[in-house]
Amino acid sequence: MKTFLLSFFQILVSCICFAQEPVEMADHLRASGKIYVVVAVLLTILIGILLLLILIDRKVSNLEKKLKQK
Amino acid sequence: MKKNWWKIICVIFLLYTVVAGFLIDVPHLPILHETIRNQFFHVCMWFAMMILFTVSILYSILHLSSGKQEFDLIASEATNTGIFFGTLGLITGSIWARFTWGTWWTNDVKLNGAAITMLTYFAYTVLRNAITDDQKRGKVAAVYNIFAYVMMFVFILIYPRLSDSLHPGNGGNPGFSKYDLDNTMRMVFYPAVIGWSLLGIWIMTLRIRIQKLKTQSEL
Repeated sequence: MKTFLLSFFQILVSCICFAQEPVEMADHLRASGKIYVVVAVLLTILIGILLLLILIDRKVSNLEKKLKQK
Repeated sequence: MKKNWWKIICVIFLLYTVVAGFLIDVPHLPILHETIRNQFFHVCMWFAMMILFTVSILYSILHLSSGKQEFDLIASEATNTGIFFGTLGLITGSIWARFTWGTWWTNDVKLNGAAITMLTYFAYTVLRNAITDDQKRGKVAAVYNIFAYVMMFVFILIYPRLSDSLHPGNGGNPGFSKYDLDNTMRMVFYPAVIGWSLLGIWIMTLRIRIQKLKTQSEL
């Protein structure tokens, strides 16, 4: 009975501990401003890919025009 | 330029997604931590895929009712682009699972359902490419596409909800909609879905136009 009660209490305590444990987030990264580096890198990649897509779009349009003229 | 307004929306929304997706405050949750931001990227891949497959089945039905070869071409390219986004969804989901569930892949209904869906659509491209007769190819592919779309609905949207699943939004697990009570995530999530879906449509239209150029130049 004693061990049962103890273990029950233990589970209860661990539950409370789990609930209060702070969730680890990248707050330091944000606080020191370094997250902006990641955003900048991703923005560069995204803008690059989108520019490529726009260029392909224009090339296809040009080809379509040329074929129509023929 | 008048026809391209939606491409501008796509670019603006995607840029907004990347900037706001990393900078907004997200709910602090155990296990997930910062990976909750994956919702702006991983989930959107599946949205884009489902929209492309919907376009595909609509054009398959149009092809069956009218017999126009052009509709078959559109359906096929929509499927190809959809497969591209679905594969990205599988890979990103696998990475996310590794760092939250601790494994690259589990035999979860949602995961297996997604994999089966991808295989079903792989079979579509294989089937379509295996038939050389143009008329027959369109008809067979269109009929199969209707089956594949139903399979996708069952395996991604219905079956995972009927059984236990680790994946959020299934089998009694709440989706993320329950967590973002303050609606900050929604402010990024909805534009993200629209942005990525429009990107999918854009790539699809490019593929269609290139295919048409190919057939025209062969004439």
